[in-house]
Amino acid sequence: MTSPLEQKKIKIAGPSVVTANRTWDGIVVYRTAAKGWSADLSEAAIVRNSDDAKALLAESVADDVGAIGPYIAPVQVGEDGKIEPGNLREQIRRTGVTIGQPVQV
Amino acid sequence: MYAYDEIDRTLVNERVSEFRDQVKRRLSGELTEDEFKILRLQNGVYLQLHAYMFRVAIPYGTLATNQLRALAHVARKYDRGYGHFTTRQNIQFNWIKLAELPDALADLAKVGIHAMQTSGNNMRNVTSDQWAGVAPGEIEDPRIWSELIRQHTTLHPEFSFLPRKFKIAITASDHDRAAIKIHDIGLRLIKNEKGETGFGVLVGGGLGRTPFIAKTIKHFVHGRDILSYIEAILRVYNQYGRRDNIYKARIKILVHELGTEKFSREVEEEWQHIRNSLLQIDDEVIEDIRSRFTYPAYEKLPHMPDELRQAAADRDFEAWRKNSVAPHKVQGYSIVTISLKPTGGPPGDATAEQMDALADLADKYSFGEIRVGHEQNLALPHVAKRDLPALWKSLDKLGLATPNVNLITDIIACPGLDYCSLANARSIPIAQELTRRFANHELANLIGRLHINISGCINACGHHHVGHIGILGVEKNGEEVYQITIGGRADESAALGNLIGPGVKFDEVADVVEDIVEAYLALRERPEELFIETVKRLGVEPFKERVYATR
Amino acid sequence: MPLVNGGKIVDDSFVKLAVDTPLPEGGDILVPAERFVSDADALLKRAGKVGVIWPNNRDIDELVPYLGKVAAVALVFPTFRDGRAYSQARLLRERYNYRGELRATGQILRDQFVFMLRAGFDSFEVKKQADAEAFMQTAKRYSVFYQPTGDGRVTALHRRMQLRHSEGVGT
Repeated sequence: MTSPLEQKKIKIAGPSVVTANRTWDGIVVYRTAAKGWSADLSEAAIVRNSDDAKALLAESVADDVGAIGPYIAPVQVGEDGKIEPGNLREQIRRTGVTIGQPVQV
Repeated sequence: MYAYDEIDRTLVNERVSEFRDQVKRRLSGELTEDEFKILRLQNGVYLQLHAYMFRVAIPYGTLATNQLRALAHVARKYDRGYGHFTTRQNIQFNWIKLAELPDALADLAKVGIHAMQTSGNNMRNVTSDQWAGVAPGEIEDPRIWSELIRQHTTLHPEFSFLPRKFKIAITASDHDRAAIKIHDIGLRLIKNEKGETGFGVLVGGGLGRTPFIAKTIKHFVHGRDILSYIEAILRVYNQYGRRDNIYKARIKILVHELGTEKFSREVEEEWQHIRNSLLQIDDEVIEDIRSRFTYPAYEKLPHMPDELRQAAADRDFEAWRKNSVAPHKVQGYSIVTISLKPTGGPPGDATAEQMDALADLADKYSFGEIRVGHEQNLALPHVAKRDLPALWKSLDKLGLATPNVNLITDIIACPGLDYCSLANARSIPIAQELTRRFANHELANLIGRLHINISGCINACGHHHVGHIGILGVEKNGEEVYQITIGGRADESAALGNLIGPGVKFDEVADVVEDIVEAYLALRERPEELFIETVKRLGVEPFKERVYATR
Repeated sequence: MPLVNGGKIVDDSFVKLAVDTPLPEGGDILVPAERFVSDADALLKRAGKVGVIWPNNRDIDELVPYLGKVAAVALVFPTFRDGRAYSQARLLRERYNYRGELRATGQILRDQFVFMLRAGFDSFEVKKQADAEAFMQTAKRYSVFYQPTGDGRVTALHRRMQLRHSEGVGT
């Protein structure tokens, strides 16, 4: 696998976060400013320019034991500072499947 | 049923302990994700949107009741209480934790179930007709050969790192329920003029970005030579298959680029070197495998028992019987398909409770055996006709008696963007909406046999190319858009569908399908003319006109 | 990178030459295929063993005439997932009866050892020290093999026949 850092120049169109899946159980996590991972999007570190995005991704990739497959994902930041996913895929990753599951959890 | 012996059990246990070591090394950081990825894929572990996904093999679609119960146990203990049956006789669990996987595998190994090679660039689960061994007119049980090939392709020292995944399917009936023409190798079991068993060998079928229907490269390979012939195909592919571009790495591209004739010459040449080797299978070996498949001690039963005659007065029972019950090779018995396509439900999902209850019903009514078909339904292969009414009542209570087998709501769908990290668009909600639109059984019955297949991306896990109506979800400017094809089929007359026109939005898909169906009902020559036949007779145009006239 | 040969970590007697490295006077050398083929006679005449590094996309037929003369063939796994050299290895051992050292080079982890042993490799340039140290343990991980290869291990089908006959169940 090519490292995501080598794949292409990182260009972001707006506020973004780094997201991945936690290694031991696979749940969706976001990179925090404290150099850790959180399952809560509101705790994610927000980057607003390419250099910061690149740096955040680099430290995320380096934490290979913590989480896997990190990438930059767009978010929307509301006037109240509330962070929401920036596209359908990320919305689904955050809130779960859009269909009823056979067994409610 | 095939019963594992000590040798098979030992191998599965050795594989579990190897994987346990691999997971341990991964969690400790000794293995990077880049290194571990292939190792986990070789054991059926993907990373999906929300979690890891774990795919377990059900070779040639045959399950014993203790095995189905073990799957229910895994769903309950390690997952969220349900599983998803796929189009290749596998079951997937969507919420598994990596750290717990070795234990789940160990639990499955106790009943002879494994996840070896259910993903990765190796030989995948060998699939077959879900009616194998019970279908009337079948030449012989293809599962004997499936098992032989399963063993030969498990942890193969030469072919575990192929250019791309590799799928083999086998059928022994005229009507192909195993979709062999969309497989890397499709085997059609036949007899030669001496009455000896062999195979017509098809190569290079597959869907995905560049769909191809498989081509016959040899009309008859004797059964004793089938392993060496497959080995020759794989050796040619392993050496010459493209590795520079993932989308061009399947054997279908090699066959296409070399041409069928040149490809089969290469295989033939390689085969001549190895056909008279230890790969040649003598009759005794085949008999040994055959001897470990057990068949029920069928009773001598009447063709039309009283129980069935009486139940015929019940319209609901009759509706179910007509599309779920198929003739069995033994008089007095039936094959019963269990629809996993309830109205409004995700296609192919079953809860742990349903699996356990179905295992009980299989013990009671089907000699302890369950089958899994590529249409994402299950089957009970040996049900006495006198038991059909009682079985139906029990299934109905479990939500497993939807009378829609082979009808428009018997939809094949991949997990799509709700689960899958490759998907561009959702599949399941489209299927759910369609099952609601056509929930009226009279209407569905009036339409007759019609297969809708839905994929959420170009990789085509939902087999959209070969759906009578195929629906492919793509992403355009951040929106889900669906391309619709008609005229595809996956059986012995396999064909790829044709696009009817520009893609439509998520909310419009069900409307478009309704338009297509209305056009068909207006255009068909007589009620018996199936949708697929009308499309073949008239082509895409009249359907296209109908759909786009008002759009 | 540790070398495992005969099941043990050993010193590598071979020096790898690039296409343009000056030829050393003596000592064992591993030479790239291209250089070997263009200068085989001269290379084989010098003192010291000569081995060849054969890429996985080069036809093995070209190497066949030299098999009796080279001391080692090194096949290449440029990535873990590229399995072409498994086929080359089996062809060398099983079709062309090559009996010299057959070395696996490139991305070699312990997880490939069993496959490689079965394909005919007897020498391994292992990426990680821990994997090299775990060689013997890993090589014994499996006791059941479904496929016949040139390594002569008894296959499951064969073992079943033996069991059948010893139990008198046979035909």
